[in-house]
Amino acid sequence: MIEIDAITKRYDGVTVVDNVSMVIEPRTVTVVVGTSGSGKTTLIRMINRLVEASEGAIRLDGEDNRSIPGYELRRRIGYAIQGHGLFPHRTVAQNIATVPGLLGWTKARTDAKVEELLTLFQLDPKTFGPRYPHELSGGQQQRVGVARALAAEPNVLLMDEPFGALDPIIRAKAQEDLLAIQKHFGTTIVLVTHDMNEAFHLADKIAVMDKGRVVQYGPPAELVRAPATPFVETLIGDAERPFRLLSIAKTGAAAEPGEAEGEPIREDRSQQEALADLIWSGRDALPVISRNGVPMGRVTLDAILKRAARPR
Amino acid sequence: MRAWVPAILRGLLLLVLIAFLVSPGSFEPLLKPLVQPNAPAIYNQGSLLSLTLLHLRTVLIATLAATIIAVLLAILVTRPFGAEFLALSRSLVNIGQTFPPVAVLALAVPAVGFGEKPTLIALFLYGLLPIFENTLTALTNLPRSVMEAARGSGMTPLQRLIQVELPLSLPVVVAGIRLSVVISLATATIGSTVAAKTLGEVIIAGLQSNNLAFVLQGGLIVGALAVLIYDGLSAVEAMIARRTGAA
Repeated sequence: MIEIDAITKRYDGVTVVDNVSMVIEPRTVTVVVGTSGSGKTTLIRMINRLVEASEGAIRLDGEDNRSIPGYELRRRIGYAIQGHGLFPHRTVAQNIATVPGLLGWTKARTDAKVEELLTLFQLDPKTFGPRYPHELSGGQQQRVGVARALAAEPNVLLMDEPFGALDPIIRAKAQEDLLAIQKHFGTTIVLVTHDMNEAFHLADKIAVMDKGRVVQYGPPAELVRAPATPFVETLIGDAERPFRLLSIAKTGAAAEPGEAEGEPIREDRSQQEALADLIWSGRDALPVISRNGVPMGRVTLDAILKRAARPR
Repeated sequence: MRAWVPAILRGLLLLVLIAFLVSPGSFEPLLKPLVQPNAPAIYNQGSLLSLTLLHLRTVLIATLAATIIAVLLAILVTRPFGAEFLALSRSLVNIGQTFPPVAVLALAVPAVGFGEKPTLIALFLYGLLPIFENTLTALTNLPRSVMEAARGSGMTPLQRLIQVELPLSLPVVVAGIRLSVVISLATATIGSTVAAKTLGEVIIAGLQSNNLAFVLQGGLIVGALAVLIYDGLSAVEAMIARRTGAA
């Protein structure tokens, strides 16, 4: 659990982060969104003390993050950034082994971890381990960057626009991978982005920052239903509201008993995808199947539209 | 031109140089036409090989000292506590460069006497600037995201310096050393005016006795050394740059 308690950061009298308090639950994905200059990067950099707070405190599992030296704190917290920041003079395996090396892990334990992570990120350890970062594609470099951040099995992973430099297709893949990894390790992830689609896709909770303050902090659906300020409303976008609601709900939740014709949809697809399918195929209902392919009833256009309507 | 042509030319140059140093007598017919009938065509007041080795030793010692001091200085002024000295150290090193080597020799002789010492001082001061400037440029232009990642992964300032900053700066530092060595190779010849044992002796002897062959021998050996060492260090630099992915 990360408790951010009345944290403030000023640079030469200019307040960048203004009295922010929030509690981040363990094993969740929290996405911090906001325009550039809203203080979102500064906020997460205060968690691992790359930036020292002017006032307030941050506690990790009840322990003040200033109780140990900054470099020791940072070895315990994963950190992935835009443009990956891989060390160009070290191989992929050496890059991933950075924090284990700083912590003095044995070679056997480090090697095993490197292999596990590379495999997990679908990079063959034998092929990619000895390569240098410049020999990889952008998407591969980004995966290695995240793998490096996770190497010492941190409870908390901070990510600063980690997918900002990726093209849309690789980005979508990277987001899926991240969610899978998060489930696998149970890591608490705090991610900064200015891409609202990304935020809605990944977040258990979203914190919206504006001029150094957190103006709203809650589950994505709450942001759509009850935006706290006009800024949050603008950020979500008037035209996007119904689709945002559908994008965060699973098709299974809208399923009802009954039959339907044609290609089925899996229950873990978003309702937005179900809607797209319905419109594209010109049908009124889709059969819904479970992940294992067991029929679960159907989902109708009506049911989806109702769910996209303004909640009362 | 094909890629292997320069390599072959360098190999040939090295062979000719070695052959000339080991057995200068066999090149006498080539140099004979340049001198008056009774004058010697090959330097006869000492071994060319030992002079060359002494010349190289002087340059090596001076460059080594200049490298250590310049790199340390550059590291120091790029640390947070040394930032105030950045301007001061820059001007100090620049003064070293603007001072003519001959003037340094003239001033150093009364202090440390004749011989190798004043030459070493002049070469050391002259060699500082390129290495210092290059190291400074390298250390202050490291990729931001890499430095950020180094801090974010929990490296201490010293670990960042040794594990990330210096390895990544190495190609540019080597480039500075390369410039410094070439300057020193040429400048070392004037050390012979204050009795340092360098190839300058051959040139000076030639000028004094109006012996064109001597002047040519001294000059060509220094020139060949400079070309070969320059190329060698360029290759080292390119190799490191490839490894660090900077190329």
